[in-house]
Amino acid sequence: MNWSLLWAQLFNGLTLGALLVLVAMGLTIIFGALGVINFAHGAFYMVGAYAGYVAYAATHSFVLAVIAGAAALLLVGIVIERGLIRYYYRRPHEDQILATFGLGIILVEAVRAWFGGISQRLPVPTWGTGAVNLGFLYYPTYRIEVLGIVAVTLVVLYLVLYRTRLGLIVRAGIEDQLMVNVLGINVNRTFLVVFGLGSMAAGFAGVINAPIVTVVPDMGELVLVQSFVVIVIGGVGSFWGALIGGLIAGEIISLTAIVQPAYSEVMLFAAMAIVLILRPQGLFGVQGRQ
Amino acid sequence: MSLLEVDKINTYYGEAHALFDVSLHVEQHEVVALLGRNGAGKSTTLNTVMGVLAPKSGAIRFAGAAVASLPPYEIAQRGLQLVPEERRIIGGLTVEENIVLATLTAEKPWPLERAYEMFPRLAERKRNRGRELSGGEQQMLAIARALVREPKMILLDEPFEGLAPIIVQDLIGVCRKTAEAGQTIVIVEQNVEAALGLAHRCYVLNNGHVVFEGRPDALRKDTDFMHRHLGVEA
Repeated sequence: MNWSLLWAQLFNGLTLGALLVLVAMGLTIIFGALGVINFAHGAFYMVGAYAGYVAYAATHSFVLAVIAGAAALLLVGIVIERGLIRYYYRRPHEDQILATFGLGIILVEAVRAWFGGISQRLPVPTWGTGAVNLGFLYYPTYRIEVLGIVAVTLVVLYLVLYRTRLGLIVRAGIEDQLMVNVLGINVNRTFLVVFGLGSMAAGFAGVINAPIVTVVPDMGELVLVQSFVVIVIGGVGSFWGALIGGLIAGEIISLTAIVQPAYSEVMLFAAMAIVLILRPQGLFGVQGRQ
Repeated sequence: MSLLEVDKINTYYGEAHALFDVSLHVEQHEVVALLGRNGAGKSTTLNTVMGVLAPKSGAIRFAGAAVASLPPYEIAQRGLQLVPEERRIIGGLTVEENIVLATLTAEKPWPLERAYEMFPRLAERKRNRGRELSGGEQQMLAIARALVREPKMILLDEPFEGLAPIIVQDLIGVCRKTAEAGQTIVIVEQNVEAALGLAHRCYVLNNGHVVFEGRPDALRKDTDFMHRHLGVEA
């Protein structure tokens, strides 16, 4: 057994998990609060990476690239909620899946038409180059910074969810939209904000992961599938479920890869199946939510 | 002009016709009971007035404005507040968060202390999650959520259902105190005696039709009618 390989894969699992947490968080809160399954969420992540790539090419500033990716997706989220998603709140999940799946294809193909199918690179920022000596492992500086960035983002998200009026409405809406409405709160307006912020998180994740992965039009597909597994494991609509589920998923994928990378996905789905059998509502899900 | 005027509403569940030309009115400071057997249309009436269900025809005027088919949040913002039958406490939120949620869009919300004064039990439980409460505590919280909004009118849907008699007595006391302070209340209740004890006036519904309107003593006198429509033995 090669210990440094194990350590490296543990850390890779952590960074992959952190990415999945960010993407899954938007997905799970949108699904929980709005009842919409957004199959375009992976495409949003991809568009965020491209927006960051374009901004970086124009300004050579990584920070501006991150801001551009997040802002672009906030805007995309708001436009798409108003223009498409809100007509699907009262429709069956199949309709939502068809509409958002179609939207995802349109976004992916539009990007492919504009930028071509070849991979683009967003370089690691200057403050993220090189590797850090952790004593037992040399690990890329940027990946450690990504862990820090995700941790800070999650703290901010936590404070928004648990310490603000908006968060109170969102948490209540995840459980019982109608009662929130009956208590005088215009949930439609909240939905717009939630969809915008959830999309923004996907775009943000796309940019900060662009230096680690290659930027191609299909980059969101796998992330979307894995994020769905994360929220099934963690429980729909749960902050802690997305967090713990994401880290578990990242480690499963990464540690399985030591033995046989081809089995990574299989193990991930096996884990999901076990959770579904033992605890169908997910690790942190509430049974019988409305 | 009445605070609430319901004029010949017809409400459907899909194809099923549930309310037939239901008309009623509620004056300010009045307590009105809606009685009837299961499935008579009592809850449907409250839900239609609150905007949870949209009537297919008919008019609803509240505080002088037409509100039929407005979304519930707009109706709530005009000062009408439903306490639903299932109580619908947000289980993942604490007692205090449930109350704060209710105050968010109220014009002149109560300070939390006032709610806790009225329901000391809720003060003790304020850090507990909604799903940890007993049925009686949940009902107190459901009523507290309505009261803190200082609504012009409260619609109580089966507030005493499934609760221990001693808790029912407590809640009747709260309702009486609130009514005496001038709160307008519409109450739907299977517990006919409890409802008639509170009400100034009552309606009886049967199969979606209003079959009686009048004072509780007039209803009590007609034992045959009471038996037929409310299942109450003389």
